[in-house]
Amino acid sequence: MTLTDLTLAQARDGLRARDFSAVELTEAYLSAIAAVNPRLNAYVLVTDEAARAQARAADAALAAGDHGALTGIPLAIKDLFCTRGVRTTAGSRILAPFVPPYESTVTANLLRDGAVFLGKANMDEFAMGSSNMTSAFGPVASPWTRRGDNRALVPGGSSGGSAAAVSARIALGATATDTGGSIRQPASFCGIVGIKPTYGRCSRWGIVAFASSLDQAGPVARTVEDAAILLGSMAGFDAKDSTSADLAVPDFAAACRRGVKGLRIGVPREYRMEGMAPEIEALWQQGLGWLRDAGAEIVDVSLPHTKYGLATYYIVAPAEASSNLARYDGVRFGARSAGGDLAELYENTRAEGFGEEVKRRVLIGTYVLSAGYYDAYYLKAQKVRALILRDFTEVFRSVDALVTPTAPTAAFAQGEKMDDPITMYLNDIFTVPANMSGIPGISVPAGLDGQALPLGLQVLGKPFDEETVFAVGAALERAAGFTALPGIRAGG
Amino acid sequence: MAYTIEGSTGAWEVVVGLEVHAQVISKSKLFSGAATAFGAAPNSQVSFVDAAFPGMLPVPNREAIAQAVRTGLGLAAEINLVSRFDRKNYFYADLPQGYQISQFEHPIVGKGVVDIALADGSTKQVGITRLHLEQDAGKSLHDQHPTKSFIDLNRSGVALMEIVSEPDIRSPEEAGAYVKKLRSILRYLGTCDGNMEEGSLRADVNVSVRKAGEAYRTRCEVKNVNSVRFVMQAVEAEALRQIAVWESGGTVEQETRLFDANRGETRPMRSKEDAHDYRYFPDPDLLPVVLEQSWVDALKAALPELPDAKQARFIREYGLSPYDAAVLVAEQATAQFFEAVASGRDAKLAANWVTGDFFAALNRTGRSIENPPITAAALGRLLDLMADGTINGKIAKEVFEAMLDSGEDPAAIVDARGLRQVTDTSAIDAAVDAVLAANPEKVAEYKSGKDKLFGFFVGNVMKAMAGKGNPALVNAALKQRLG
Repeated sequence: MTLTDLTLAQARDGLRARDFSAVELTEAYLSAIAAVNPRLNAYVLVTDEAARAQARAADAALAAGDHGALTGIPLAIKDLFCTRGVRTTAGSRILAPFVPPYESTVTANLLRDGAVFLGKANMDEFAMGSSNMTSAFGPVASPWTRRGDNRALVPGGSSGGSAAAVSARIALGATATDTGGSIRQPASFCGIVGIKPTYGRCSRWGIVAFASSLDQAGPVARTVEDAAILLGSMAGFDAKDSTSADLAVPDFAAACRRGVKGLRIGVPREYRMEGMAPEIEALWQQGLGWLRDAGAEIVDVSLPHTKYGLATYYIVAPAEASSNLARYDGVRFGARSAGGDLAELYENTRAEGFGEEVKRRVLIGTYVLSAGYYDAYYLKAQKVRALILRDFTEVFRSVDALVTPTAPTAAFAQGEKMDDPITMYLNDIFTVPANMSGIPGISVPAGLDGQALPLGLQVLGKPFDEETVFAVGAALERAAGFTALPGIRAGG
Repeated sequence: MAYTIEGSTGAWEVVVGLEVHAQVISKSKLFSGAATAFGAAPNSQVSFVDAAFPGMLPVPNREAIAQAVRTGLGLAAEINLVSRFDRKNYFYADLPQGYQISQFEHPIVGKGVVDIALADGSTKQVGITRLHLEQDAGKSLHDQHPTKSFIDLNRSGVALMEIVSEPDIRSPEEAGAYVKKLRSILRYLGTCDGNMEEGSLRADVNVSVRKAGEAYRTRCEVKNVNSVRFVMQAVEAEALRQIAVWESGGTVEQETRLFDANRGETRPMRSKEDAHDYRYFPDPDLLPVVLEQSWVDALKAALPELPDAKQARFIREYGLSPYDAAVLVAEQATAQFFEAVASGRDAKLAANWVTGDFFAALNRTGRSIENPPITAAALGRLLDLMADGTINGKIAKEVFEAMLDSGEDPAAIVDARGLRQVTDTSAIDAAVDAVLAANPEKVAEYKSGKDKLFGFFVGNVMKAMAGKGNPALVNAALKQRLG
């Protein structure tokens, strides 16, 4: 067995038992990156020297017996997290020259616990996308291909680099962020686990903002337990983020072993979307069957406002983005394109610095906040958002968690769905409601479709009840026994 | 008499509302820990939050919120236990975020009131519409380089209170009195230093004119007026301009204008057509500001005595005239100084000395009440010397001047210069005799009924005694000799 095949929990135990060193583990990953990343473009920056130094420090700590939860564990960091002294681009040309003088709270928490950072993961520009096609640094290819078809598929987005790296075993785990599904959808496409915790569970400080009221950091990993271990390190109250929740971080890994006996699992009937692939419907039913077999009670529930989730998301998220992205003006940091006066400086900098999808959303956001349109769009969307949250609050009075498909399709090919932005936006239909309501959601790989592509199931839980989400996710994982591996991977 | 401006078509009433921007006294900015001191080297008080670096988040400064609540309480205003921060979006080089965090729909303070006193002795209430917290922008410097603009972000993110009045003001005098009174209240509360030269207090002046009984006509906003005098001048200049427009058959257009103090006129800054669409929306980085009533009550209990209450007390306790009391309470330091002088003494005499010789001395020496040329204790001891008959009032003025020059104690000056009042009746009698003997014809005139000459004799006797005669004893001796 090669080192890169170990799960995070196994690697952690191996390091502590001194079966291998942190330097050996990191070197295995750096070699794998060198071999595999050129085909995937999952990393936009590999920080090999810093990684080796961190690994040596980890070995010293392990030798001294003073290790943290993640000492020596090599991770990829989505390029949305500011990393001190390490270029952070958010996948955008406008931040191509930006080297933050500070470390985001989430990555600082991981470093505190001894993690090794292999490099920065590619992503859709400013986390806007479901395909990783919008990165200024080129698209990420999924490590998976359809049976008998070599065309490059998308890894999903926006955390496509993170998901592809973990799936292809060129990172043991990765940080990601989820504004409308950007953790869960790529996890589903890449056959790995991804959890978006409750809004406020992880600090947003030092994460380049897309839509502040929706953005939430979380991990992608190869197993539910690995994701639980990572989230345990990433999460926690941070006084520097006013929306951070002042709550203790539970033992998420322990929750993975709870089982689902006696839990009530809701099945929202509105998620039975017309035109959804029959194999996804079948997998969903199978997942519910597994949970029933494990002792859970399955109940039908209704989330009547779900159908408005996507439309309102595409008002709220661009509105906040249009304001959040105003700071990229070429005046203080990042790329600047010269202009004869201030207005021209802005126009040139932003015209050259932002890609098409970012411009589209800035325009939509500016429009929906404009005088005369605010009430009809933004205000209405906020009201609907409150109703979506109310739906969940009502439902969670009678069930402990909900189970749905993560995405309406498996991964698609690079270049597909590119003609019409709306088709692309439909990818988020099952994931967006969790962001609109702030509740936690996990995607767990549950099976393969007819073309041998992974499909994920999503578990949604009550606010700040990630423990139940992990418990249900782990039960699905155990029952599914998902062992398929992508074609492009370390040692593959 | 209501203030009006006489135009060619008759009398015009002036309608004014003010938006005052007051910089909150606070060690750190509204949403960052950066310092706020005035006059620091450019860009030396800027955090990554103030410079709007990627991923930086605002965290409300609790002290700034407390200051806004104290101010609201000082304006007898409603305190909103739930308020919210909104983003006001516009692009400018000295606005790093591309938006200003402000309070648009739900301000922290609602309706209140300010009482102003006018020169004719009348008083008037000016309504406060609201007070909200917002961030200041940075500063653009366009005169440092031939082709470049420089940006100083020291002010970026500093907490401001925008205090909006109702359009209750009807004259330049009322506008000036309002700003002065507001400044006085803010200084008493310790929530704004009120320093208009340093820009800690600036006013946007909304002016319109109308004929008696009319509804409001279109108003113009004169931005960033930075002294009480300029506020008064701007009201008048803008009212005159608008009257001229209306009377020449034109229409006043709603626009933003600037006051040019050198020319004493307002000129257009931007018109309604290029008005910004600020795209206000709730700041998603911040939770609503939720206050506990008990916390507000505690702030209220700890408020200092404010000018109106103090003035009433001065009138009641010290028997001062409303005018003297108003002068003495305008600044907290003056009121404190006065009370230190008046304590245990003749309060009216103390008020006369403080508002008279002492204020004049401040003016002459250019010193401030916080750093006075004569301390309240020393002035008090001078008053004591008068009260116990050691010196008379005339000599006291001489001693006061000597105190100013030398900084010495009044008793020491009296002793060193031999200014002690003469109460020895034989010395007084001798001086009286000498004066009467030297002016026999005046004595005759007096005796034939020219009573007014009594002052002449008093003056001459005092002169002969180098001013040191006890005035009462001198009067008595003269009365006796002249029959």
